[in-house]
Amino acid sequence: MNRYLRRSILTLVAVLASLALAACGEQPGGGGDGGGGGEGGAPGQVIQRVPNAPQQEITVGSKDFEEQFILGEIYAQALRAAGYNTKTDLDLGDAQTAYKALQGGEIDMYPEYLGTALTSFYDVKPEDVPSETTPAYQQTKDAAAKDKVAALAPTPFQNTFAPTMLTEEANRLGIASLSDLGAKGDDLSYAGFPEFEQRADGLPGLEQTYGIKPKDFVGTEEKTEVLDQDEADVVNFFSTDGELTLPKYKALADDKTFFPRYNVSLLVGEDATRVIGPQGMKVIEQVQKPMTEEVMQELNSRVVLDKEQPEKVAAAYLKESGFVK
Amino acid sequence: MTVLAVITEFVDALRLIVESREAQTGDVQVGGLGEFAYFTGQHLLVSGVALGVAVAVALPVGLYLGHQNKGEFVAVSVSNIGRSVPSLALLGLFIAFAGIGFGNVALVLCLIAVPPILTNAYVGVRQVDPDTVDAAKGMGMTGLEVMRKVELPLAAPLITSGLRLATVAVVATATIGPLADTLTLGRPIINNNVYGEAGPLAGAIAVAVITLLADQAVRIAGRAVTPKGLRLRSDQERESGPNVPSLKRGAQTA
Repeated sequence: MNRYLRRSILTLVAVLASLALAACGEQPGGGGDGGGGGEGGAPGQVIQRVPNAPQQEITVGSKDFEEQFILGEIYAQALRAAGYNTKTDLDLGDAQTAYKALQGGEIDMYPEYLGTALTSFYDVKPEDVPSETTPAYQQTKDAAAKDKVAALAPTPFQNTFAPTMLTEEANRLGIASLSDLGAKGDDLSYAGFPEFEQRADGLPGLEQTYGIKPKDFVGTEEKTEVLDQDEADVVNFFSTDGELTLPKYKALADDKTFFPRYNVSLLVGEDATRVIGPQGMKVIEQVQKPMTEEVMQELNSRVVLDKEQPEKVAAAYLKESGFVK
Repeated sequence: MTVLAVITEFVDALRLIVESREAQTGDVQVGGLGEFAYFTGQHLLVSGVALGVAVAVALPVGLYLGHQNKGEFVAVSVSNIGRSVPSLALLGLFIAFAGIGFGNVALVLCLIAVPPILTNAYVGVRQVDPDTVDAAKGMGMTGLEVMRKVELPLAAPLITSGLRLATVAVVATATIGPLADTLTLGRPIINNNVYGEAGPLAGAIAVAVITLLADQAVRIAGRAVTPKGLRLRSDQERESGPNVPSLKRGAQTA
């Protein structure tokens, strides 16, 4: 008992110290909630091994696309660096599948987007998802708790809709934001995944908020091809898409913050919350800190455009950010 | 309890087909007979165009290869490749030269339809008894006559079954249409957040119904052009009266 207490205090001190150091380290990095920014992020604090970390196996899952693979790998590798026994089971399928796997105990944790969690699992209408991160996270956390799932603190980046044009055309027409698109875009066509046409957080909402009335809607899952082949003028990208690192494409600013929040929160099952404990959760928060939209775009581009393995990209991220040596 | 839940969902899906309601996500109206009729029309149109083109291309090639008794490698390879390429990947691939839309979807569906039509036409002609063909030649028929009067009628049952395979595959797969701006019955399935849980079920019910209807239409048309002596046994049994087969089956199980 006594030993346990002393260890807890020591750990607490260590955590506080590392937090203080992290805070100091960040100030010269350029301030703001942008954190590290740029390529790979500012050097962070090396992940400390958690003394006597429980050795039950923790399975980190993910949904079926690149960003999820990268995030799953980052979380698994970071926890491993902290001394936990993790393995990955990525590429599970869509949100429903992943959430069921989490509840069924097949996996212990997986990254989910706030907007997706609220609308897909907790019966919130897309139009009711808060467009501020804090309330969106609070709502997710409360709803998840009822399912005995812990929603860990959200990432700085969010992966929301990002209407995108060819830079050249956007510049020629003088369109930089969605307000511009509403004012000047009546002759333009808009492409997006099929549901976007009917969803309140899609085209109908864009019309209400910005007065965007495209002359035609093209339902498609493709993005760059649509712009490159001139099948539409504006295409619905996601804000962390790797292709957005290319100068050829320009994402229009959501200047009235219309789109719902899609920051990532790591959803953790009940058993695993006990295994990793507050220390493990701190590790998660620590490695998330430099993840701005630019950083996530860069990581995605390494997988999508440069065809690198998500596992290696995740390892490189942890190394470049100074979390592992 | 669960049976009741299933029935409730089923009824809800059928109601979505019949009357429109507010979308799950608010703002817009979805469902209703008018909308589903439009989706069905688009579904049948894109499937029909795809099947028509596939028949026009694959049937002559399959018949010719079978008649010449060569090209087995081509016929088999085409069918295997056709089965292994995922149609969703093709949708993306074809944007480069077919754009996004009706033509793109029709082209993908056409590629699904070609293998069974080609392979069955080839095998259908190949399996014709060589003695029969020799006899026809002995009677002085030209190659074209042999094909038209002997091989084609004798191959009809297999060609029909190839067409039925193609029809089922195409009509069922036309569900991907909305992914390339073609509003088929796949819309309530793909836009499931908008249509709610009833959407995918309603879409699936409608697709299943028209798939079965299309299949039966092809079966009946195929049977009409098949020589009487070659019609499948099940058809003959049905003609000789419904009691006979069911009696036999009853005797076996008892």
